[in-house]
Amino acid sequence: MIEVSHLTKVYGDHTAVYDLSFKIEKGQIYGFLGPNGAGKSTTMNIMTGCLSATQGSVKIGGHDIFRDAMKAKQLIGYLPELPPLYLDSTPQEYLQFVAEAKGVAKKDIPEQIEYVMEKTKIKHMRNRLIKHLSKGYRQRVGIAQALIGHPEVIILDEPTVGLDPMQIIEIRELIRELGKDHTVILSSHILSEVQAVCEVVLIISKGKLVACDTPENLEKQFAGFVTVMLEAETSAAKAQEILQGVKGITETTVLQDEDGRCRLKLGSRYIVPDMFTSAIFKAFSKAGCTLLSMTPERASLETIFIELTQDAQENRDVSEEEIQKARQQSTGAESEAVAE
Amino acid sequence: MKAIFKHEMNMYFTSISGYVFGTFVLLFAGIYTVAANVSSQLGNFEYVPSSMVFIFIAIIPVLTMRMIAEERRQKTDQLLYSLPISMTKVVLGKFFAALVILAIPVGIMCIYPLVLRAFGPVTFSMAYGSLLGFFLLGASLISMGMFISSLTESQAVAAGACFVLMLFNYFITALAKLLPVQPKWSLIAIAAVAALVSLFIWVMTKSWPTSVGVFAVAMAVAGILYKHNRTPFINLFPRVVPNISLFSRFSTYINGVLDLSGVVYTVSVTAFFIFLTVQSLEKRRWS
Repeated sequence: MIEVSHLTKVYGDHTAVYDLSFKIEKGQIYGFLGPNGAGKSTTMNIMTGCLSATQGSVKIGGHDIFRDAMKAKQLIGYLPELPPLYLDSTPQEYLQFVAEAKGVAKKDIPEQIEYVMEKTKIKHMRNRLIKHLSKGYRQRVGIAQALIGHPEVIILDEPTVGLDPMQIIEIRELIRELGKDHTVILSSHILSEVQAVCEVVLIISKGKLVACDTPENLEKQFAGFVTVMLEAETSAAKAQEILQGVKGITETTVLQDEDGRCRLKLGSRYIVPDMFTSAIFKAFSKAGCTLLSMTPERASLETIFIELTQDAQENRDVSEEEIQKARQQSTGAESEAVAE
Repeated sequence: MKAIFKHEMNMYFTSISGYVFGTFVLLFAGIYTVAANVSSQLGNFEYVPSSMVFIFIAIIPVLTMRMIAEERRQKTDQLLYSLPISMTKVVLGKFFAALVILAIPVGIMCIYPLVLRAFGPVTFSMAYGSLLGFFLLGASLISMGMFISSLTESQAVAAGACFVLMLFNYFITALAKLLPVQPKWSLIAIAAVAALVSLFIWVMTKSWPTSVGVFAVAMAVAGILYKHNRTPFINLFPRVVPNISLFSRFSTYINGVLDLSGVVYTVSVTAFFIFLTVQSLEKRRWS
C-alpha cells in the first residue's frame, strides 16, 4: 500500500530523517513510535505530500507522492499535528469545503458528511463555530476531515495529544474502529497508546528506523533471558541448595533473608519463562519446601523502547559528507520537480 | 478550484472584510461622483475612477493581507498541501474570489454613468473605459498583495509590506521625474534597481551566488552599453518608468482610448504575480 524507500530530509545542517525505508500493508493499524523530535511528523508530512524529501521516494498505492501527487493524495486522509481548521466556520461548512476540494461527487457529499460526523460523534456540534469547540471536539473535526472521501489510508499525527483521559479512550476506540475499513498510521510518543491500539509498531529514533514488528514480537525478540523473582519459606542457604538441582541458573542474588523467609533473584539461560519456573517449582516441591511466590520478568516494550532509542542516539552521528551528498542530490531533484 | 473559490467567498462574507471593502470603494465613488458630476453638473464620469485610484493604497493591503498569511498562521496550509488540488488551482481560486470582491463595487459603479445620462450627455466609452482600467489596475495590485501575503505568517507584516509596495507603485512616476537628466545618474539608478532585484532574489532563494550573479550580470550589461553609447541613458528613468508604472498606464483609459498594450501589460503583471505566489507556496514544501 505504502512504500517508503531511502527517505532523507535535511533542514539546513540538521538531518531530520535519515535513510528511512519501510512498507505498509493494507488493512492494519500502524504506530510510529519515537521520542519528541525523532522525525515522526517530518516523515508523515513527506508521506502526505506536505513536504518534499531531500532524497528518496514515497509510493502510495503505486503512485509516487512527488510525481503523481494528485492520484496519491486521493488515497490519503491526513490529520496533521495541529488540526488544520478554519476557526470561523462550522464543522458542517468545513467538511463541505473539504469534500468539494477532495472532489467528492456533489450528490454524495451530504451522505459523506453524515457518515463521518456519525463516526466521529460530532453531529450535535455541526452548526457551532469551530473556534467555540473544545480541543477534543476540534480533534474529532480534524479526524472527520481526514475521513472524507473514504481514503484507503488514514494518517494521524499524534491524535491524542492534549486530550483528557476520557477523550483519549474515545479517540482510541475510534481509531480501532477505523482500522477495520482503512489502513491507519498514527504517531505517538506514548508507548502504552501504541501498544493498546496498533498492530505493527515502527520505532523511529533520531530520524532512523530502529525496529518494525508487532508489539508481541518485539517483546519476544528483545526479551532475552528470563529472570525470576522468588520468595520461599526457608533460609537463603537452604533455597540455594535446592536450586542447585535446577539447570541453567546463571546468577543468584539474595535480596532478603530473615525469619525463615528469603527472597532471591535468579538469572537464567532460559528464554521461555514457563520452562524455567516449572523446573524451579518441581525442585522446591521435591524438597518439601514452600514457595510463596515466583514472578518471571521479561523486557517490556518500554525497556525495549528506551534501549533502542538510546542505541540510536549513540550510533547516530551522520557524517558531514553524507549530509553534503544528500544535499547535492536534492538540488538535482528540486530542479527536476520545478522543470515538471 | 471551485471549492477554494467558494470557501474564500464564504470567508469574505462571513467576516466583515468583504463588506468593508465594498463599502469603502462605494463611499469614495459616491463622494467623487457628487463632487465631479453632480455638483459641477458635468457628465464626465471618467474623473471618478481616476480621482479615486489612490484608495487602492489603503484597501488593497486590507483585502489581501490575510489571503495566504492567515492559512500559514493557522496551519491550514497543511490541509491545502495534503488535498488533491494543485497549488496553481489553490492560488487561482483565492485570486478570483478577491477579484469578485473588487468586481462587486465596480459593477455597482457601472450604473452611475447610466443614471448621469438621464440628466445630460455622458461619453460612455470614456466612462466605461476608465472603469475597466480601474478594475484591471485593482486586479494587478491584488495579485501583488497576494504574493506579499504568501511571504509571511503575519497579517500585519503582509499589510505593512503591501502598503509600502502600493505607495511605491503610486509614486514611482513622480519619483523617477526627480532623477537628474545626466546619463551617470541613470546608471546609478540602474545599480539601485539591480540591487533591489538581487536582494529580492536572495530573500526568495536564500542563494548568494544567484543574487550576486544577477546583480553582476545586470551591471556588466549596463556598463558595456554605457561605454558604447550614452545617449539612451539621458533622462532614462523619466522616459521609461511611466510605461512600467501601473498607475500611469491606467491614465490612458481615461481618455476613452482602449490601449491594448496597456491591457496586455496589466494582465501580464497580474499573471506574473500569480505565478510568483504559486512558486512561493511550492517553495515552502522544499524548505
